[in-house]
Amino acid sequence: MAILDKHAILEKNVTLLAIFAFLVVTIGGIVQIAPLFWLENTIEDVEGMRPYTPLELAGRDIYIREGCYVCHSQMIRPMRDEVERYGHYSLAAESQYDHPFQWGSKRTGPDLARVGGRYSDEWHIDHLRNPQSVVPESVMPKYGFLENRLIEGEYIGELMATHRMVGVPYTDDMIENARADFAAQADPDSDYDGLLERYGDKVQVRNFDRQPGITEADALVAYLQMLGTLVDFSTFTPDASR
Amino acid sequence: MAKQPHKKHEVETTGHEWDGIQEFNNPLPRWWLWVFYACIVWAIWYSIAYPAWPGLKSATSGYLGFSTRAQVAESIAEFETKLAPMNDKLAGVELASIADDAELRGYAVSAGAAVFKTWCAQCHGSGAAGAKGYPNLLDDDWLWGGTMEDIHTTITHGIRNTDDEDARFSQMPAFGRDELLEKEQIAQVVNYVMSISAGNTPQDASLVAEGEVVFQDNCAACHMEDGTGDRFQGAPNLTDAIWLFGGDYASLYETVYNARYGVMPNWNTRLSEAEIRAVATYVHGLGGGE
Repeated sequence: MAILDKHAILEKNVTLLAIFAFLVVTIGGIVQIAPLFWLENTIEDVEGMRPYTPLELAGRDIYIREGCYVCHSQMIRPMRDEVERYGHYSLAAESQYDHPFQWGSKRTGPDLARVGGRYSDEWHIDHLRNPQSVVPESVMPKYGFLENRLIEGEYIGELMATHRMVGVPYTDDMIENARADFAAQADPDSDYDGLLERYGDKVQVRNFDRQPGITEADALVAYLQMLGTLVDFSTFTPDASR
Repeated sequence: MAKQPHKKHEVETTGHEWDGIQEFNNPLPRWWLWVFYACIVWAIWYSIAYPAWPGLKSATSGYLGFSTRAQVAESIAEFETKLAPMNDKLAGVELASIADDAELRGYAVSAGAAVFKTWCAQCHGSGAAGAKGYPNLLDDDWLWGGTMEDIHTTITHGIRNTDDEDARFSQMPAFGRDELLEKEQIAQVVNYVMSISAGNTPQDASLVAEGEVVFQDNCAACHMEDGTGDRFQGAPNLTDAIWLFGGDYASLYETVYNARYGVMPNWNTRLSEAEIRAVATYVHGLGGGE
């Protein structure tokens, strides 16, 4: 058992101990994390996923800025009770264009992974303005100020370029037309054919807050109304082995 | 000197000594050692039984073939099988006859209450009393009708949404914003409406007579000549004391000026026929069902 007695060398040299401890942790990390990048059954390709439109991306930034993730998760776990309440369990692919993902870790409010289309725009505006007016038992703060803050999407192209750097497949065409698409999505009277061509026919084009101008409320509601709606689960068959 | 070892036989020291203090080389407690070995054995078994070791294309799938997705599908299927006889019956019978079968009605009301709390309570309130702009479902005032068929259609297709072609649709013109009426005319008609609604008195009674003319010319087509409304068009009854957006002068003026209306999603893509019928039965039984 001579080799087992050699631990005395490590125990007496703190630098050497640190190096070997780091090596052991590295091996553990590599074994657990690295395979996720090449194993085929952890990288599920799902039909319907697309990058966020400029307006939705701006809404997502507002969602993060206001800390919505502190109380709302976006991750329906594969359990019967969650599926019954919120809809089909979340797929990893549904967060593939999220940098960072918004899975959250705590539900003070309900999960929002499939909130899109569940309520009307009017409900969202009423609810953001004064949550207790529609859900008296709610403890959510009021976000009425979002309606008064006009945004122009000045840096939305740059934001999309940054997302492209971390792997979101925004094309040059999308980035060049970012500001036009940003404005078009909130104005049903505009020429939004280009927006639909770039992001698909299912993009929702509406004046989300029913007020003139594009406000932060428009962007946030546009984001909320698309959450979880991209994958058509009537045609999706889950691969049970995943 | 250190404490003597518990063992009767002599135990060697580790050879360390400092200021006369020595360390005995006692063996690990037996129970601890066996638990440790058991954990190693269990870890090996676990990594064989469950998905564990990564390979080039996929990880080992495990001897037991466990998968979270299969587990949740199984658990959902188990409940669906249990409920299938009742759900099939609920989805198959005539809507009007649900109330005649006590067992079926009991099931529908219980299942409907669960559906309501999950999907409907956010707008209509957990007690179904509604809120400003979201109708109260406890009273007997219905915009689109309160029979089982009417409620069933409303839930299935929704109201004024863009996702379902069969959604109920009507839209009041924005009489002020779109300059269909002068501001004085709006003031007149609002006073007239206040004069015919129960428990309301006009703010300025002198405008009522002129308001009636405006009403008959512009509003009677949908709200009827006597103001009792028309359910085919979702036009509210203006003669009762129930208001969706408020019945005071300022609220009514705002309603006539900008036109206000709600939107309800279609539930046929989210709920099964049995669930829609269950929640329709529940809402129908809340007090106002016709």
